[in-house]
Amino acid sequence: MSAATDTSTHPGAVRAEGGTRHTGWRRHRTWVLPLAGLALALVFLAPYIVMVLNSLRPSGDVVRTPPTFLPREWQLSTYAQVLGDERFLNWLKTSLIVAAASTVIVILVSIPAAYYTARFRFPGRMAFLLLVLVTQMFSPTALVVGIYREWFNLNMVNTYGALILTNAAFNLAFSVWILHGFFASIPKEVEEAANLDGCSRFGTLRRVMLPLTLPGIVTAVIFTFIAAWNEYVVALTLMIDEDKKPLTVGITSYVTGYEQHWDQLFAASIIAIVPVVILFAFIEKHLVGGLTAGSVK
Amino acid sequence: MPRGRRRTDRASLGSALLWLGPALLLIGGVVIYPAIELVRASLSEFSITGLRLGDAGVENYRAVLSHPMLGTVLLNTIVWVVAVVALTILLSLGVAQFLTKDFWGRTVVRWAIIVPWAASLVITAKTYVMIYDYYYGTLNLVLSKLGLGPVDFLGSDAWIMPSMILVGIFVSIPFTAYVFVAGLNAIPTEVYEAARVDGASPFQTWWRITLPLLRPALLVAAVLNIINVFNSFPIIYVLNDRNPGFAHDTTITFMYKLAFKSAEKDVGMSAAAGVFNVLLILVVVMVYLRFTRWREETA
Repeated sequence: MSAATDTSTHPGAVRAEGGTRHTGWRRHRTWVLPLAGLALALVFLAPYIVMVLNSLRPSGDVVRTPPTFLPREWQLSTYAQVLGDERFLNWLKTSLIVAAASTVIVILVSIPAAYYTARFRFPGRMAFLLLVLVTQMFSPTALVVGIYREWFNLNMVNTYGALILTNAAFNLAFSVWILHGFFASIPKEVEEAANLDGCSRFGTLRRVMLPLTLPGIVTAVIFTFIAAWNEYVVALTLMIDEDKKPLTVGITSYVTGYEQHWDQLFAASIIAIVPVVILFAFIEKHLVGGLTAGSVK
Repeated sequence: MPRGRRRTDRASLGSALLWLGPALLLIGGVVIYPAIELVRASLSEFSITGLRLGDAGVENYRAVLSHPMLGTVLLNTIVWVVAVVALTILLSLGVAQFLTKDFWGRTVVRWAIIVPWAASLVITAKTYVMIYDYYYGTLNLVLSKLGLGPVDFLGSDAWIMPSMILVGIFVSIPFTAYVFVAGLNAIPTEVYEAARVDGASPFQTWWRITLPLLRPALLVAAVLNIINVFNSFPIIYVLNDRNPGFAHDTTITFMYKLAFKSAEKDVGMSAAAGVFNVLLILVVVMVYLRFTRWREETA
């Protein structure tokens, strides 16, 4: 299945039921299915509901026996407190810089690679695609000691650059893979027409191909941004300075042996999660097509 | 793709290098080079502050293989990977079937399900620490109301692994369910109509048609999940944080703690454990390539 033609989902692709035997079910499914959907949604939202409720009560109320589901005392000021906390703003800054820079690098590097491998045959093409596939299987976690040694030798531990390049490198494979699928699905004739009209190779890519693969690029951008935003192991290892930590590593310092700000931990968690959930919701309808192009093929 | 109308043109290696160069540099510099550094470190001896002292030969590998906790750690890894992957796939099949049905509010349900996928694993794990807590946990609040008493989910040797597995499944279902939704959508509707005309029961249809046609998606989901779950770090690192030693670690957190958290801070030994981890993953990659019969036209 090609990616560009199938970025939307087909509702009700599974029509196993039906027929006269199931008329009773037909009548009831209009309310049974939404109700089951609600239950399923609650299961997946449950921990985050706990998170929200814990962010809305004083820290002492979080760790008080007996526990209560709803806050004994509502406290909205934690969010303002976290947003005014200099440490938090530094972590937020790091997360934004690292995620944005990694995403820009990944897109700038993966577009030419994906386009070229989708359009041309050349010696080493298979080797390159295999290399990309293998890197997709490598995780920074398994290599973390090697990654640390590299940046240690280059005297780059504790720098944004080290974290940005590591994030970019390990997310490159996925982006190349997704975009390769999108580029390959565009008929060659489209490009030839542009060539006849006097477009250069680069001009064709920029004016014709990129607009056509925009859904793929958006998917790759959001996936990379979220992966870099949520990255933990490398940041935990490389970023030792308190004010250079990203959110994922930084917010754990709200609850340590020295301080116990549970309310701030949960409020900061909500602030860190909400933007990515919104981003993800944006590409939700592309997820199925993206996954099909990226893997199921 | 019909023969003779290939979508690709021939190009020289030189111009290819121009377009692929940046990608090759990035992969070479930040994926391959650290892998070489890892092997080099595994053959070296380090001071506790991370300075290389000299060659160690295969001493680090010997130290890993003779580590008293290695058996426990390997067993934990097998239990963790098998339980999380198997249960994730089973549950995701149901979730995916449900998500392809047409009903009021489906989009909202889909948004709810992507939340654990979008949220950072550390943050989700931290929240579960609070949910599982013996004294203040929401789960124990519910269990106490039901008269099932508080359970020390993260402190007791019997409960910690099942508790971590539950979180592992919870965060793996969204991605897996979406892979299956993609697989289900790829099945042509006509196949189901034919089955209905032939008088097949819903279960027969599912068992004989849906499941076999879902095989590619099942393989992909299984292999990608094995890799992700095997490499999973934050869940075990965060939920198992209060317990000393390696009794509930997998090979990944074991490796990390050897270098950065244990009393010894043995970078060389940790690197050797890392090499073992990478080799394990590579074996999985080969199986993946073999099973999916990776070919030029699918690339």
